[in-house]
Amino acid sequence: MNVFFITTSLLKIIGMIFVVILPMVSYAVYAERRVSALIQDRLGPNRVGPAGLFQPIADAAKFLFKEDFTPAQVNKFYYWLAPCLAMVPAITTIAVVPFGSTLLGVPMVIADINVGILYVFAISSLGVYGIVLAGWASNSKYPFLGGVRSSSQMISYELSLGLAVIPVFLLVGNLRLTNVVRYQIENGWMIAPFIGDWANLGKWLLAIPMITSFFVFTIAVFAETNRLPFDLPEAEQELAGGYHTEYSSMKFALFFLGEYAAMITGSAIIVTLFLGGWHLPLPSLHGGFHWLVVDGTAPGWRGVVGGLFNIATFFVKVAALLFMFMWVRWTLPRFRYDQLMRLGWLFFFEIALVNIFIVAGILAYFQF
Amino acid sequence: MAITVARPKRNWRERLYLPAIAAGMVITIKHFKNTIFGRTKVTMQYPEEKWDSSLPEHYRGAPALVRDTDGRVRCVACQLCEFICPPRAIKIIPGEIPSTDRFAKVEKYPEEFDIDMVRCIFCGMCEEVCPEQAIFLRKDYAITGFTREEMVHDKDKLLEIGGVMHGVVLKWNEKK
Repeated sequence: MNVFFITTSLLKIIGMIFVVILPMVSYAVYAERRVSALIQDRLGPNRVGPAGLFQPIADAAKFLFKEDFTPAQVNKFYYWLAPCLAMVPAITTIAVVPFGSTLLGVPMVIADINVGILYVFAISSLGVYGIVLAGWASNSKYPFLGGVRSSSQMISYELSLGLAVIPVFLLVGNLRLTNVVRYQIENGWMIAPFIGDWANLGKWLLAIPMITSFFVFTIAVFAETNRLPFDLPEAEQELAGGYHTEYSSMKFALFFLGEYAAMITGSAIIVTLFLGGWHLPLPSLHGGFHWLVVDGTAPGWRGVVGGLFNIATFFVKVAALLFMFMWVRWTLPRFRYDQLMRLGWLFFFEIALVNIFIVAGILAYFQF
Repeated sequence: MAITVARPKRNWRERLYLPAIAAGMVITIKHFKNTIFGRTKVTMQYPEEKWDSSLPEHYRGAPALVRDTDGRVRCVACQLCEFICPPRAIKIIPGEIPSTDRFAKVEKYPEEFDIDMVRCIFCGMCEEVCPEQAIFLRKDYAITGFTREEMVHDKDKLLEIGGVMHGVVLKWNEKK
């Protein structure tokens, strides 16, 4: 604990939240509107600023100036607490995600703790409290139904979420997320473990359960962040907005932003666990063909450029996943509630469970 | 009597749902791509793009008064339009043309001619009833204003919208 560590950590926290996550959240909302419009043969918001790029700022101003209305029959304390609880866990989770290699010798992760993924699960499941409390404190039947649905959905999908990542840690042998990224740089990304070791049959076999694992985890993240096709807690058509029906103004905005922040965090974790984190394999022809690892270890300006390049790579990957979230949302219809439960308990849980044994079997047989 | 609708028997591919999901994703990404590259016709961007050039000749926009080629206001203040107007949007105060005037034989002219555009329903009856072909429905459709007073088109405004009408009836021309 020295001054340098505290200063850099503070800089990273402030930079991450105010420079990266919050703008990304507001522009994810804008992107969502544009993407949905383009998918539906419309144009979307294109009036405020060039191509509508100032729309999030206008939205924020609107939310700030709207009347912050508290209904008379609500449980005031929990009613006020719920929006904060929806936003905070989503942002807190990002602390352990390595979003870059190093920059001027400072590791680009806020807290490189050795329980990485456990911390992620512990914090991200707190997000459901925001929704449940909002549903309960609103003292209104639609929000209540939304809250109930959210909690049972969370319980059902948290299982497959947890089981789906076990194969990753069977391979890495360590829960620290920076080690997961390091492992993927050395042995190929988790969804393509055969990269760099093309002749190894075991690695090719390993790709099958790893890709399954990736899909199960991604779908569970969809359910965890209440995105369509699993957006039953808010289901506009059935529940009139679900848990946030009774909220207005900035408190509603916090729920909205919390959902998008959770999406970004979820994408960041998928990228870290399965898609190689900040790593982008570049072909190099110096001294024969090999894959070049660009990171911040090089001396001088090349290290700085490398570090920035890694950060950019990471966020481009996250953005690509966010686009996929939106693409899926505007393609698939919502599940019926019993179908959702059936899918969670009878399919994903089993698939994730069997997957662990398959990966363990392959690891034991091929010994790598 | 209740009718039991037979559910279609689905094969394993249909029950897997994955091919259907993939097909749906392909459809939406195609729409996305086509809209991005401008291959899909999207809604007209109103204030920048307008229908004006493709409005048909018989379009019924705002009513307006016209002048003939001599610069005379065609209206003779017969007040037929005022009587026929279903929402009673037109108000005319006729005046007498002095005997020294070139068009003294016309006898009357509109001293004031107001059309309340808040009331006007763009039915075109004024145009139909006018024996002098002095009032026409033009192509202006975006009639806006901040107050009700602003929405009343007076004679000057109506003549400004109407402009000069060539040809048609010239029965007050001196040559006749």
